[in-house]
Amino acid sequence: QESQASGLPEYIKIVEVGPRDGLQNEKVIVPTDIKIELINQLSKTGLPAIEVTSFVSSKWVPQMADHKEVMRGIERHPGVQYPVLTPNLQGFHSAITAGATEVSVFGAASESFSKMNINCSIEESIERFEEVTKSARNMNIPVRGYVSCALGCPYEGNIVPDKVAEVSKRLYSMGCYEISLGDTIGVGTPGSMKKMLEAVMKEIPLSALAVHCHDTYGQALANILTAIQMGVAVVDSSVAGLGGCPYAKGATGNVATEDVIYMLNGLGINTGVDLCAVMEAGNFICTALNKKTNSKVAQASFNTGTIN
Amino acid sequence: AYPKRVKVVEVGPRDGLQNEKNVVPTPVKISLINMLSETGLQVIEATSFVSPKWVPQMADHTEVMQGINKLPGISYPVLTPNLKGFQAAVAAGAKEVSIFGAASELFTKKNINCSIEESLERFDEVMKAAREASIPVRGYVSCVLGCPYEGKISAAKVAEVSKKMYSMGCYEISLGDTIGVGTPGSMKEMLTAVMKEVPVGALAVHCHDTYGQALANILVALQMGVSVVDASVAGLGGCPYAQGASGNVATEDLVYMLNGLGIHTGVDLQKLMDTGTFICNALNRKTNSKVSQASCRL
Repeated sequence: QESQASGLPEYIKIVEVGPRDGLQNEKVIVPTDIKIELINQLSKTGLPAIEVTSFVSSKWVPQMADHKEVMRGIERHPGVQYPVLTPNLQGFHSAITAGATEVSVFGAASESFSKMNINCSIEESIERFEEVTKSARNMNIPVRGYVSCALGCPYEGNIVPDKVAEVSKRLYSMGCYEISLGDTIGVGTPGSMKKMLEAVMKEIPLSALAVHCHDTYGQALANILTAIQMGVAVVDSSVAGLGGCPYAKGATGNVATEDVIYMLNGLGINTGVDLCAVMEAGNFICTALNKKTNSKVAQASFNTGTIN
Repeated sequence: AYPKRVKVVEVGPRDGLQNEKNVVPTPVKISLINMLSETGLQVIEATSFVSPKWVPQMADHTEVMQGINKLPGISYPVLTPNLKGFQAAVAAGAKEVSIFGAASELFTKKNINCSIEESLERFDEVMKAAREASIPVRGYVSCVLGCPYEGKISAAKVAEVSKKMYSMGCYEISLGDTIGVGTPGSMKEMLTAVMKEVPVGALAVHCHDTYGQALANILVALQMGVSVVDASVAGLGGCPYAQGASGNVATEDLVYMLNGLGIHTGVDLQKLMDTGTFICNALNRKTNSKVSQASCRL
């Protein structure tokens, strides 16, 4: 009721990227059984989507080398989606064989980033993804599209909103059901978020948009708030704020799921997620990684012994 | 629509240092304030004229007040909990003072051992003396979005206390989310109630980042027309109610956001970051500012 009156979405789908995006950017290699336990704990929190792993060559991403074992080892809770990254057709086939029922492809709004990250141009990457979406369509597998560097690039700096709209449109047209717009280096602010979304919303229906904000400059929640004020109803986040920033050593990366849920709860927006259960999963993985949580809500709650 | 300009009130030297464990030597405090004076900040809360028995960190208030460079165009308000403090402040050269009320009876009792009503009576004396000396007074209201003892705080209560302090003669009311539990939802509700009693031009927000909500809460306040925001360089000042948790929002992170919104602050972010680096080295601690953390490594 409260959220309706303010023009905000009544319900927001949280896409939990901790086990993939989070762990991928953690220095310590996490044993397979720990990854599986983390995902199983997250499955019990009410989260509707949990990004499980990445079917990428273990040469490039050692942390994700156990993708098959993880995919096969996790409990699959009804009503929860378990998407996996598939950078190309080979990865896609491998993912399906391992039991994946949803996949993601990663584009970028920056040519330099595309070149440095996957050694090809944006156009070439799109062609690669088209192979994946074609196969996926034949098998009725939904595909989520990511657009990196939506608010800035570590190499190019400023990114033009129209470029983000263009790449998003390509991914959407080839069959991605949802486009997650990523502030990869966290440089975005409510100002640039608004401009970028205005451009993208001209090409993609609001209901197909998600935001994936990094908190490297402390702007994530303000940026997410701006997005949901504009009607975006899907938000990516990472339990305990797992995952540093590979472009700013020592700096933080993903926004913490706990902190996002705390804000959405305060806005009267339904997520279906149990904050305490997420904090417990966060505590579990931080203990396993021997690191402190990046979630301020978790920090404050554990220290006062109360949950506000 | 957002305000075109926002006045940033820097509370690091007072609110920030007061909540830091390590006692900072007087020369370091003075250097900190002098460096802040070079950043473009228009208001820097310098110290607190409170008994050193209660707040050892602020024991050197007279030396700090007399030792800092007071640049023209910059205000250096100081806290004055009572008439005695006010007189000491003025004698030491203060030209602006602040008084602290709260929207919670329990918090007032635990903090200054009296009721809200009694605390305001105490301030009456300060207001009277300030009026006679032509000294502007800023009023703070603590616990506006929640209290460590009472829990939920009614927006109507915040409006009531704010109105009283404004009527007493405070030129500005800074609404403090003392334990950082507020969210954009409760911020909006609270401000809606307060804005019925106090003009928005006289309102400021003082958000703590203990639950990571500060910038989102500030954003909502700006959307509702508030154009004065308190912050602390390097996010100095932990939360006394949640050991190890963070407190004040970092000025650097606030300015970064305002810059991105095209809102004018007059503050040089690089100079601010340098000042944050200085005080963190002096305190032998890491910064709480994410902008600072990110920028150092790129």
